[in-house]
Amino acid sequence: MTTVFELLLILSLVVCAVAASFSKRLLTAVVIYMAYSLVMTVIWALLQSPDLAITEAAVGAGVTGILFVLTLKKIHALKGTKDE
Amino acid sequence: MKNEWFRALVRWIDGEPAHDRRIRTPEGQRVRRARRAQRTGEQFSDQAAKRFAWGYRISAVVICLSIVCTLLYTVFQLPLFGAADSPANNEVVERYIEKGVEETGAVNFVTGMILDYRAFDTFGESSVLFLAVTSVLILLLRDKNNISEEEDLLTAHEFFIEREMQDLILQKVVAVVMPCILLFGIYVVLNGHISPGGGFSGGAIMGGGLILYGASFGILAVRRFFNRRTFTAITTAALLTYAASKAYSFFTGANGLETGIPLGTPGAILSSGLILVLDICVGAVVTCTMYGFYALFARGRL
Repeated sequence: MTTVFELLLILSLVVCAVAASFSKRLLTAVVIYMAYSLVMTVIWALLQSPDLAITEAAVGAGVTGILFVLTLKKIHALKGTKDE
Repeated sequence: MKNEWFRALVRWIDGEPAHDRRIRTPEGQRVRRARRAQRTGEQFSDQAAKRFAWGYRISAVVICLSIVCTLLYTVFQLPLFGAADSPANNEVVERYIEKGVEETGAVNFVTGMILDYRAFDTFGESSVLFLAVTSVLILLLRDKNNISEEEDLLTAHEFFIEREMQDLILQKVVAVVMPCILLFGIYVVLNGHISPGGGFSGGAIMGGGLILYGASFGILAVRRFFNRRTFTAITTAALLTYAASKAYSFFTGANGLETGIPLGTPGAILSSGLILVLDICVGAVVTCTMYGFYALFARGRL
């Protein structure tokens, strides 16, 4: 059971990585990257390193994603934002 | 021919796209080519540009594939996860596991390791964060000296939008969620030596909470309790405290003196000597750095 779960996680990791590099829209790529981080968080927890899991969740899925979105906004790559 | 190739490279470095011709109109292309010919004094042949574009694509694929192969090869050379005979299982790890709790007083010996045995490295990390945010501050901070009138108008416009178009649902949710996030961050920082977590992760959580608040209520709302002066004061004080306490323990440790700081019972909140203090310092620095990055990138102000 655990191995199936782990395999699923690793598979979704690969799918996320490939999807992030092939997605045409930049915002989608950022969101997929954040999903990648979340899957990675679960994997860290399964590998018995909860310290890393917390850090990955906070930095990978949170702060990095926000900084990416900010960058997209700065270079006007976000459609439909109000201060365009 | 080699010369043309080189010129194509130079053009690419200058930022002119070499291969996406499809989006250019033929007229514009002709004009541009004529202008370029005028500038460089010679005709740039179509053939070389095409060849350069192909070479660019092929070399990109080759470089990517070789890096992927190297990394995969390295990964397959690594010992299996948790294997008993992996080179990482040496006397250093043994020492950490056997004597860690006794020597540092921290039950979570990851924290005991990074804030006691290897506290110097963590000090370096905190300094790197501090330096990074300082450089961003130098580059992006807008104040009276480096702001033009146009930029000033733009910022005023941005602040106006921020004030006028606040999202009610977002604000209500954040008002409920934000205290929990901050409290959880504080918990993670303070319990760094007992449970998973520590200064960096707790600081990142608190920084994320501050960013959430700033993003939903506007940076002006955060500035009520967290402006540039508090930012500078907190970061500097935390780094100096870290340096001072670690210098003290290095000094006593190198000279074989008693530190005079009780380690306490492992597992209690007030235990493990200096680790709690160091955790709080690192947490403060990381929180300020995370929020500082956000505020500077978003508005150029703190």
